[in-house]
Amino acid sequence: MTLVVADVTRTFGGVRAVDGVSFRVEPGEVHGLIGPNGAGKTTLVNLVSGLMAPTAGSIALDGLRLDRRPAHRVAAAGVSRTWQNIRLFGGLSALDNVVVGLHLVRRAAFLPHLLCLPGARAERLRAHAEARALLARVGLEPRSQEQVKTLSYGEQRRVEIARALAARPRVLLLDEPTAGMNAGEAAAVAALVRSLAEEGRSVLLIEHNVPLVMELCRRVTVLSFGKVIARGTPAEVARDPEVIAAYLGTTA
Amino acid sequence: MGQQALNGIFVGSIYALFAVGYTLVFGVLDILNLAHQAVFMLSAFLALTLVATAHLPLGAAMLVAILAAGVLGIVLERIAFRPLRGRADSNISGLISSLAMATVFEAIALQLFGPDISRFPLGTFPDRVVRIGTATASLLQIVIVGVAVALMAALSLLIARTRLGRQLRAVAESPRAARVLGIDVDRVIAYAFFLSSALGGAAGVLFGLAFNSISPDVGRSVELKGLAVIILGGMGSIPGAVVAGFALGLVETFTVARFGSSFRDVVSFAVLFLVLVARPRGLFGQASVREG
Amino acid sequence: MDALRDLLLTYETLVGYVGINTLLALSIYATLSAGQLSLANAGFMAIGAYTGALLTLRAGLPFPLVLVAATLVPALVAVPLGLPVLRLRGVFLAIATIGFGEVVRLGFVNWDYVNGAMGLDAIPQKTRLWMIWLAVAAALFLFARLRGSRAGLALEAIREDETAARSMGIGTTSHKLAVLALGASLAGLAGAFEAHLTFTVAPNGFAFGRVIDMLVQAVVGGTLVFYGPLLGAAFLTILPELLREIGARAGVAPGAFRPMVNGLVLLLVILFLPNGLASLPARWRARRGRR
Repeated sequence: MTLVVADVTRTFGGVRAVDGVSFRVEPGEVHGLIGPNGAGKTTLVNLVSGLMAPTAGSIALDGLRLDRRPAHRVAAAGVSRTWQNIRLFGGLSALDNVVVGLHLVRRAAFLPHLLCLPGARAERLRAHAEARALLARVGLEPRSQEQVKTLSYGEQRRVEIARALAARPRVLLLDEPTAGMNAGEAAAVAALVRSLAEEGRSVLLIEHNVPLVMELCRRVTVLSFGKVIARGTPAEVARDPEVIAAYLGTTA
Repeated sequence: MGQQALNGIFVGSIYALFAVGYTLVFGVLDILNLAHQAVFMLSAFLALTLVATAHLPLGAAMLVAILAAGVLGIVLERIAFRPLRGRADSNISGLISSLAMATVFEAIALQLFGPDISRFPLGTFPDRVVRIGTATASLLQIVIVGVAVALMAALSLLIARTRLGRQLRAVAESPRAARVLGIDVDRVIAYAFFLSSALGGAAGVLFGLAFNSISPDVGRSVELKGLAVIILGGMGSIPGAVVAGFALGLVETFTVARFGSSFRDVVSFAVLFLVLVARPRGLFGQASVREG
Repeated sequence: MDALRDLLLTYETLVGYVGINTLLALSIYATLSAGQLSLANAGFMAIGAYTGALLTLRAGLPFPLVLVAATLVPALVAVPLGLPVLRLRGVFLAIATIGFGEVVRLGFVNWDYVNGAMGLDAIPQKTRLWMIWLAVAAALFLFARLRGSRAGLALEAIREDETAARSMGIGTTSHKLAVLALGASLAGLAGAFEAHLTFTVAPNGFAFGRVIDMLVQAVVGGTLVFYGPLLGAAFLTILPELLREIGARAGVAPGAFRPMVNGLVLLLVILFLPNGLASLPARWRARRGRR
């Protein structure tokens, strides 16, 4: 399940938010995508998840072209994501959020459900059990009935991860999954990400928490102003003078 | 031909004036104020009452009616819009609460003036005919076009040149950014409603004079025309509303001349529908109207 | 038992109208459940009413078939309408669908075969109370079952966040189309019921004000639960009748009273009870819990 991003460009009214970016994420790899604010990371995630089409270039999953497919069909191809600014279904319970995530996995037609057939009921119970198991995996099973609005920031991020996992993705796009979390929570997420990679999933990780990226990622791609300025192992990237300049340039 | 064009410009000036106010509130607040037509209607009734029973001169009656409409706009904003600001679905709930206010206003008009058509007393305006080339127009029609154009020009100047205009544009761009810049957003929105409703009221008085028939539901058909105009012009765009208002007036007049009066309204809705499907930004709009 | 029957007979028209209005409010609720404000339903109602009336008058079809046709034809119109229009967001969808409703009405006005603005009359009175309420019960059952089902959750997800829903693999267009067609069916059925209850159909009955009435009833009842529209339709159909005496004594003109009540109730609900009458019990419980 190799995700191949090849020479992808996206412009907004003449501004190149993403400019000729290429990288690949192998199965079982956690691939880091880092860069200063405004480097085009979230745009890239939006492109890969099908929310917008690239102006040029291609995105493919095992040879299957993803660009120019509508987002729901990109999801059906096995790409799932979380959001930098959490986008849960606020009025629903944590459990129902994850059950929505099971949408692609479930094969429940409405008619048997409407007629209260026993098979439909059993399917629904299975879906709820699976959703509960996913919430347990992110440590939130006890809070499954609560409206997500009432959960803490870190908990909401974990519900989002569980929701994304519910679609049984082959490629997982995590957009700053530990933002706003305390050290304990972040460590738990790190362990979770590692176990996902061990299951053979490809993970594209966008993160500002540099130690976390160093610890988790096999390879890292660094963006600045929409362009790739460095790529390699975390150690190589950290030594790269251009990367150091880009980061210092933004903090100054 | 010339006569049709003249009639079209005449009707179009009222549509444009109505729609300019409509689109002003949309541009600033992203909310469709469905009570705009009720303000239009009440203002027409007020002018008529002032002329018929208080025997005020027409100009004075019109001025009072326009100011009253503006004040009504502020009241409307306080009751129906301000409490909803900040709600997640504020553009839909705002639409619904403005609908409620429209219903209440119409009920008030029904109570006060009855369901039948009211008319200005004879001789409210001197009945004089003016020849323009081969076409003729009444003095009233010319005055109406003149007043409408003058009001729209005044609004454009206000928005382009004054402090309030700059603030209106800033709030339209981003209320949050405007607040950071130290703009009193609530006050600016109240002004937007005052201006919008005053223009709507002026359109109502002119409409009442032009067709000399005012009833509690008189605003309804104009409201739907106004929607077509602001969609065609591009939501929130004032020049767009002006151009589209005249365009709709002309197209309508020519359609009636060619196909008969039962097709008058078909045009505006066909326009509305086609523009939304084919070019939802309208002629001048920039807003993204499709789901991201 | 006899007393109940007497009551029903006395208020037969009212009870029938509560049912028809419930179907109409549910037709708005259908699209609102996916967060879409579609105001095309007076148009769909007209299509259903005319389809029914024509099949009865000109084709002499049996009434059950007439009702089936009045349910299906509006849904068939909804699909080609929805494909372009459902891409529009919020207010723009509302405007486009208002335009559609008016085009339908004006189409009937200009169509000589159905007597233009005069409309059709002498439609046999075939609608019975039980038919209306059977349809209401079926519709309520459908919406009740939708809740918590895979499709129902998908609709809720679209209402909460359409983009996030798409990224979860939910085909938002097909779901939105489905509820638009469902709403069209319910409105069409209500139109056929009404046509065969009041003997007539005319374009004026399907003007913009009609869809506003539907929306008002749905919103007042509450659009988060399936029984909200029933509450709203019942409340707003019965309340003006109950208050009519008081209104008349207070000197309110008969024509002004109903819109006044509707407008004020709608305003109070949208300001103070955004989830409608259906949310009242939960509110009371919460208040008692706080004490």
